[in-house]
Amino acid sequence: MQPETRLTADMFRPVTDNFKDAETIGRPSISYWADVWRRLRMNKLAMVGLVVIILLVLMAIIGPMISGYTYYKQDFTSKNLQPSAEHWFGTDSSGRDMFTRIWFGARISLFIGVAAAFIDFVLGVIYGGISGLKGGRVDNIMMRIAEVLYGIPYLLMVILLMVVMGPGLLTIIIAMTITGWIPMARLVRGQVLQLKEQEYVHAATALGADTKWILMKHIIPNTMGPILVNVTLTVPTAIFAEATLSFLGLGIPAPRASWGTMANDALVSLLIGNVYQLFIPGFFISLTMFAFNVLGDGMRDALDPRMRK
Amino acid sequence: MLRYTLQRLGWALLTLWVVVTLTFSLMHLIPGNPFAKEGNMPPGVFENLMKYYNLDQPLYVQYWLYLKSLLALDFGPSLKSSTITVNDYISEGFPVSLHLGLQALLIGVTLGIILGVIAALYHNRFPDYLSMILAIIGISVPNFILATVFINYVAVEWGWLPAATWGTWKHTILPSLALAAMPMAFIARLMRSSMLEVLSQDYIKTAKAKGLARNVVIIRHTLRNAILPVVTVLGIITANLVTGSFVIEHIFGIPGMGEMFVKGIFNRDYPVILGSTVFYSAILIFLIFLVDVMYTWIDPRIKVAGGSK
Amino acid sequence: MKRGFSIIVSLVLLLTLALTGCGGGTKETGESGNQKSSGNTGNNILHVNNSSEPGSLHPAKSQGTHDSWPLRHLFVGLTMKEPKGNTGDFEIKGAMAKDGWKISPDKKTYTFELRDGLKWSNGDPLTAHDFEYAWKYALNPATASEYAYQLYYIQGAEQYNSSKEKDPAKLKALEDKVAVKAKDDKTLVVTLVNPTPYFDELVSFYTYFPVNKKVQEQNPNWANEAKTFVSNGPFKLTEWKHKDSMKMVKNENYFEKDRIKLAGIDWTMVESENTAWQMYRSGQLDLSYPLPGDVVGQLKAQNAPDFKIVPEYATYFYRFNTQKKPFTNVKVRKALTMAIDRKTITESIAQGGQKPAFALVAEGSKDANGKDDFRQVGGDYFKEDVTEAKKLLAEGLKEEGMDKMPKFNIMYNNNDLHKRIAEAIQEMWRNNLGVDVGIENVEFQVKIDREHKLDYDVARAGWIADFIDPMTFVDMFTSVSTQNDTGWKSQAYDAEVNQAKKSSNAEVRMAAMHKAEDIIMKDMPILPIYFYTKAYTLKENVTGVFTPPDEYPVLKYAKFVDEKDKKNKEKQ
Repeated sequence: MQPETRLTADMFRPVTDNFKDAETIGRPSISYWADVWRRLRMNKLAMVGLVVIILLVLMAIIGPMISGYTYYKQDFTSKNLQPSAEHWFGTDSSGRDMFTRIWFGARISLFIGVAAAFIDFVLGVIYGGISGLKGGRVDNIMMRIAEVLYGIPYLLMVILLMVVMGPGLLTIIIAMTITGWIPMARLVRGQVLQLKEQEYVHAATALGADTKWILMKHIIPNTMGPILVNVTLTVPTAIFAEATLSFLGLGIPAPRASWGTMANDALVSLLIGNVYQLFIPGFFISLTMFAFNVLGDGMRDALDPRMRK
Repeated sequence: MLRYTLQRLGWALLTLWVVVTLTFSLMHLIPGNPFAKEGNMPPGVFENLMKYYNLDQPLYVQYWLYLKSLLALDFGPSLKSSTITVNDYISEGFPVSLHLGLQALLIGVTLGIILGVIAALYHNRFPDYLSMILAIIGISVPNFILATVFINYVAVEWGWLPAATWGTWKHTILPSLALAAMPMAFIARLMRSSMLEVLSQDYIKTAKAKGLARNVVIIRHTLRNAILPVVTVLGIITANLVTGSFVIEHIFGIPGMGEMFVKGIFNRDYPVILGSTVFYSAILIFLIFLVDVMYTWIDPRIKVAGGSK
Repeated sequence: MKRGFSIIVSLVLLLTLALTGCGGGTKETGESGNQKSSGNTGNNILHVNNSSEPGSLHPAKSQGTHDSWPLRHLFVGLTMKEPKGNTGDFEIKGAMAKDGWKISPDKKTYTFELRDGLKWSNGDPLTAHDFEYAWKYALNPATASEYAYQLYYIQGAEQYNSSKEKDPAKLKALEDKVAVKAKDDKTLVVTLVNPTPYFDELVSFYTYFPVNKKVQEQNPNWANEAKTFVSNGPFKLTEWKHKDSMKMVKNENYFEKDRIKLAGIDWTMVESENTAWQMYRSGQLDLSYPLPGDVVGQLKAQNAPDFKIVPEYATYFYRFNTQKKPFTNVKVRKALTMAIDRKTITESIAQGGQKPAFALVAEGSKDANGKDDFRQVGGDYFKEDVTEAKKLLAEGLKEEGMDKMPKFNIMYNNNDLHKRIAEAIQEMWRNNLGVDVGIENVEFQVKIDREHKLDYDVARAGWIADFIDPMTFVDMFTSVSTQNDTGWKSQAYDAEVNQAKKSSNAEVRMAAMHKAEDIIMKDMPILPIYFYTKAYTLKENVTGVFTPPDEYPVLKYAKFVDEKDKKNKEKQ
């Protein structure tokens, strides 16, 4: 739409030595992920979350070893002791050191959370990816199967699982993922449905790329953002869900304990004034939820291209 | 379009049938029977009971009998309470759960929006932090802890409200609040970010520049647009609240459907398990069906099942 | 997808909200008149919690504890327990039957004569036919009564109840053979299979309650709703909101109505013990039972004035799977039994003043002389001794050809107290014997199932007696018992139990039951832990709650004490 102009010689000048600069980009090039990380780092709350998570993991590793107590040793002469120099978090109603138990519980709770998130991630991406990509009848059937799984009483499946596998850590993790992968699958499917109509995917298809190639090279990298956020939020959700299973008496078998079983066992302690027994595991559940949530929120913001400046 | 609707209805019924069948199988796979107890149970007595409830029949006969009565919308008797049928259970229990769930939703949404708006308007100032801390607590404290704490302090120590059971509106306050915490926190965070986004839009700046009163800008321009994402998640939250309130119902001794469902599973009260499953799944599947149908009307770009081939 | 879905869901829900909103409104205004959170003394109504919806309030169809508590306040049998002192002691006295019922010389035939002028709550006359009808109704295979076996003491009862006969005439013939007969409106004659000294008490049990024949025949579902409910006990049912609450008021037709001081009893159905205790604290309940374990400990330590501990005729124990190595070896079983510290368990975990158990039969039943306790006469069967236990374990394992105790599991059903006891025993075994023990928390149903199939190592158990006689304990472990579940069988044991059942002589009976206990405790297929107690709280302005050792607290003689009266009395 530019007005027509006549070109004259004085509008040109010879190319000088620094002509190569014209091809370079003014700012240093940074990759998408480095940019995300840079923006995440600027989010103070998210960084607090990240630091808390790292500290929790560290304490889960060393915590049970530094107090000099074991998580199972009972001493009824020193039960229900308030936190003190002797027992940093006090003792429970069987006289066990709560500090050791909390960090031992951290191992179990965090492991459950991370393992469940990982399994959900793998299952969800595969299932949702295929469902979304294939579309049509396959998609329809796959989504109906997910609906059926949602429809069957969850508790029935958990009980059957406990009967077949016996109560234990692995059982709990599987229980967390029986239906846990479905939201992830739905998310991935939704993303894929959107992405596969994009021109570059059509182009790839036209060039003869197969499903696997499209999934691995085009779709998954582009859906990674929302998926990562979802994974981050799955960790605390699984820890939370395990706590609820504990409330139903289907938690981790004693004397091992997760934060959930500890909180549930301590519900009665509130009634007799030993508030710390409920408060401490409750606090760590909350802290974990908090840390993962703010980190997840931060990641969501950092991954949002609209926030890119 | 009618053909598609009918087709989808067919799918919905098929899904329901699969759920019933799988639940039926699962239920009979897990060990135990509704009459098991630690006391004496002479074989004669046991056989009479099994016969009375047709449980002595081969499973396929029981399955057939169940499907037949299901078609007549008869969910059968409860094996644990001969005083009440499963139909009664649902018709008496579901309204209670619905009442509790919707009341919690109302509280959660109202408080959540208020907190979110306050947080956004006082962005990065004290009210913002306070609101968000409340929101984080709401989302990170397991509701069985919250409920126990509420009963202990609000009802018992301070004596403001009845501790448990369901009757007058006073009885409904604490359980509704305990149940509302999670959606409140969720909505507050959503509302905050959505408000912040809207507040940074050009048309808000324009409105301000035009000299419109602050209240008008907030209510007419910001709120109306910021509330949309909240409306979008309302459905999912509601479904969770109405069906997932077992823990709250148990702790507060509320005669709702969640408690009955979970107890039915633990008691192996087969008709109760099946009846509630069918009821919940029917609602869920029907809603998904409705959405799918409506969605194709609204957005013709999405290729529906069978439409692509 | 997401947005469309949610909008529709929201719309549907808004609609239902509008609908239920209207319904809810009317309901609330209807109820606001009778708030039950306060004013307990004013209307003379006692507030208690029954923890669960009764399976049935029909005497024949009732399913156990949750039913029996309200049921025992609605009905009364031929006899009843009369309190003696305040510890829960009682004697059996005539209720519907006049005192002085006749027992034949062979102690098998009982002739009860009913009181004059007995009436049902609806005014119908109550006759001996109602008893005959009720018992035969419970025994009818088509009724499918869970507790029908409580009537098996009667001649012909078991044959009738377990009959697979399809021919109505033949079934009727079996029914006619059940040896309970109303000779006339006032006389009931019962003939038993064996002499049963505790039959006096048994006829006060709820399966032996009468049923109004006329009502039952008109409406078989009369017991499902308060409107149609007809009973003969101290209270009648006036309101029953299923799964929520029940209201009972005094029955003016009760034969001893002057002894009933309460205007009524309100029942809630809250399952959580913690919540029930909180309701008691906040004044919603006047009596709280059962209590959470740690609360019991605290109240006991504080010596709380509203806290009571009374005896209970029950034993808490573990079963060994005697079919599974190395629990096949008696020395291994003994070693494990001797290596736990029961005092720690009762004082630091159960905390309700329970007594450590060194035998099967709990304290609380009289021996042959009618004075001494069966338990005192029998004495303890073993001592806790870690050194001896270690020795026995080593010997036992050697006999089984093992060099080390393999890892095994304690199985218990989900419950705070069971869990803490299992954890403590696990620790004790680990410390004292150096054995590696796991804990399996399973659902109640799964536990029962696996016990029946002998699919366990060590399993938690408890037995709360149905009636006060050592027979309720020793009968559990005969080789034909459905409650044995240990895989342990002993002909000598069976013989002793049978002799005790057949004999009409108290000394012979008791001696046989002592011998049976000797046999089982020598073989030790079970590991006794403690004898239960019953701990409950009762508001200080309530008196007269009676606590037999084999029943939930009996509330019929309860009354509210006027605070002023009480203070006056204290001054004097």
